[in-house]
Amino acid sequence: MRRAAPVLVVLLGLIALWYAASVWMNATWVYDQAARAGESPTLMEVIPQTMAQERPLLPPPHQVASRLWEGLAGQAITSKRSLVYHGFVTFRGTMAGFALGIVLGVGLAMAIVRFRVMDMSVMPWAIISQTVPIVAIAPMILVVSNQLGIQGREVPKAIIASYLSFFPVLVSMVKGLRAPDQMQLDLLKTWGASEGQTFRKLRLPASMPYFFASLKVAVAAALVGTIVGELPTGAVEGLGARMLLGSQYGEPLITWAALFASAILAGILILAVGLVERLANRRMGVRA
Amino acid sequence: MVLALALAFWAAAWALNARVAAFGRTRAGRIFVPVLFGITLLVLWEGLVRGLGVSAVILPTPSAIAAKFAASTGLLWADFVQTVLKGALSGFVIGTAAAFATAILADRVPFLREGLLPVGNFVAALPIVGMAPILVMWFGFGWQSKAAVVVAMVFFPMLINVVAGLAASDRMQRDLMATWGASYWQALWKLRLPAAMPFVFNGLKIAASLALIGAIVAEYFGSPVVGMGFRISTAVGVLNIELVWAEIAVAALAGSAFYGLIALAEKAVTFWHPSQRN
Repeated sequence: MRRAAPVLVVLLGLIALWYAASVWMNATWVYDQAARAGESPTLMEVIPQTMAQERPLLPPPHQVASRLWEGLAGQAITSKRSLVYHGFVTFRGTMAGFALGIVLGVGLAMAIVRFRVMDMSVMPWAIISQTVPIVAIAPMILVVSNQLGIQGREVPKAIIASYLSFFPVLVSMVKGLRAPDQMQLDLLKTWGASEGQTFRKLRLPASMPYFFASLKVAVAAALVGTIVGELPTGAVEGLGARMLLGSQYGEPLITWAALFASAILAGILILAVGLVERLANRRMGVRA
Repeated sequence: MVLALALAFWAAAWALNARVAAFGRTRAGRIFVPVLFGITLLVLWEGLVRGLGVSAVILPTPSAIAAKFAASTGLLWADFVQTVLKGALSGFVIGTAAAFATAILADRVPFLREGLLPVGNFVAALPIVGMAPILVMWFGFGWQSKAAVVVAMVFFPMLINVVAGLAASDRMQRDLMATWGASYWQALWKLRLPAAMPFVFNGLKIAASLALIGAIVAEYFGSPVVGMGFRISTAVGVLNIELVWAEIAVAALAGSAFYGLIALAEKAVTFWHPSQRN
C-alpha cells in the first residue's frame, strides 16, 4: 500500500493535467461557436461544453473511457466495431511475430555462441539491423509479399514484429548462454559431457533468467511492430487500423479508444510473460 | 544452376570467413569478417535477382538501387534534411533534454520518483507510435508534428534510464561525498552524473532508433511534399521501387551514423566503465 500511494498520486496528477489540457484545447472551438451565435460565454459556461464535444481536439478522460468501454463491452465481439475483435487481430499478429522473433533470436544466439565466425560476422549486422528504421521497410515488405502472392496482412505484420522483437532475445541469449563460468564448464568436461549435454544441462538452464528478462522487452516490441505494420499500410483490421481510421475520418475518439485498448493489450501481454516466467522458475526449482 | 552457383559462392566466402575468424582477434580481422559477410550478402542478392530473373517490381538489384541513389542525390538530401535533421533530431534533443530535467526533478523529490518510475516503465512499453495521427492533427503537417511524435516516443525510455542511472552510484561513494561536505549539486555534478553516464548513453541509443521510426511514421499521416516517409509511401504507390530502396538506404545510413556518433561519444565519456575497457 505504501508503494502504491505515490503511483496513485502521479496517475491522478496526470489525469488532472489531462482535464486541464482538454479544457484549454477544446475551449477555442466553443468560443468560435459562441462568437458565431453572437454570445460571449463566461468561463464557467465554457467548461462543461469542452467536456462533451462530438469531435474534440483532446477528448477528456471520461469521454475516452466511455468510448473504450463501449468498444470493449458494448458490442458483440465478432462485430467490426468491437475493440475486442480488433484487439484480437492485433494480438494474433503480435504472437506470430513474437514466436518468430524468439525462434530467430534463440537460434542465432545458439549459433553465435557455438561458432566464432558467426559471432564475428553476424553480430555486427544484427546491431546495424536495429538502427535501420523498420517503418521505412514496412510498405516494401507489403509490396513484396503481395507480389509473391501472399494474401492478407498476417505474414508481413509478423515479419515486421519479429524484426523488432528478435534483437532483445538475441542479445540476452548470447549473454545468457555465455553465463556459465569456466569452472562449471571444466567440471562438465571432467565428467566427459558431450557438447550437447553441456548445452542442455548447463548453458540452457543458466540462460533462463536472461531469456525471460528479454521476453518482456520482446513482447512489447512485437506489439509495437504489429501496430506499425497496421498503421501506414492501409490495413482494415487491428488496433493500428482503428487509429488510422479515426484520423482519416476526423473521429479522434476512435483513435483514442484504440490507443488505450492497445495499452491494455500491452499490459496483459507483459503480465502474461511474467506469469510464464514464474511458472517456469517454479518448475526449474528456482527459489524466489 | 543459378542456385548452385550461389551456394558455391556462399560456401567459399563462408569458408574464407571461418578461416579469418579462426586466425585471430586482430583489429583487421574484426573489421574484415563482418564486411566480407555484408559483401557476400550483396553479391548473392545481385546474383540471385539477375540469375532467377526476379522482376524489378519485387526486388531491384543493389546496383540498380545504387544507380538510382546516385541519380537522385538532390531529392534524397532534401528528404533527409526534412525528416532527419528537422523532424527526428529536434524531437530527439527536446525529448531527451526534457526527460533529463524530469529525471533530476524526480531525483530531488523521492515521492515523485516512487510514483513516476512504475508509470514510466509501463508507458515505455506502450506503442506510443499510435499517437502519431493525433499529434499530426494538433501540430499540422510540417516538421513540428514529427518532432512532437519523436518527443512523445523518446521521453519515457530516456526518463527511466536516467532515473536508474542516478541511482547507480553506491552508498559508500555518496557517503564519502557527504563527509566532504559536498552540496546536492556538487555531489550530482562530480559523482552521480558521471556514474549515471552508462545508463544515459543506453537511453540515448534507444532514443536514437526510436526517433527515426517516429519521424518516418508521422509522415505517413500527412506531410509537406518532401520527407522520407512521404517519398516512400508515394513511391510505393507508383511502383518506383528503386527510389524506395534508395530512401531505405538513406534511412539505414542515417540510423547507423546517428547510433555510431552516440557510441563514439559514449566511448569518450565512459572510458572508465568495465564494458569499455578491454
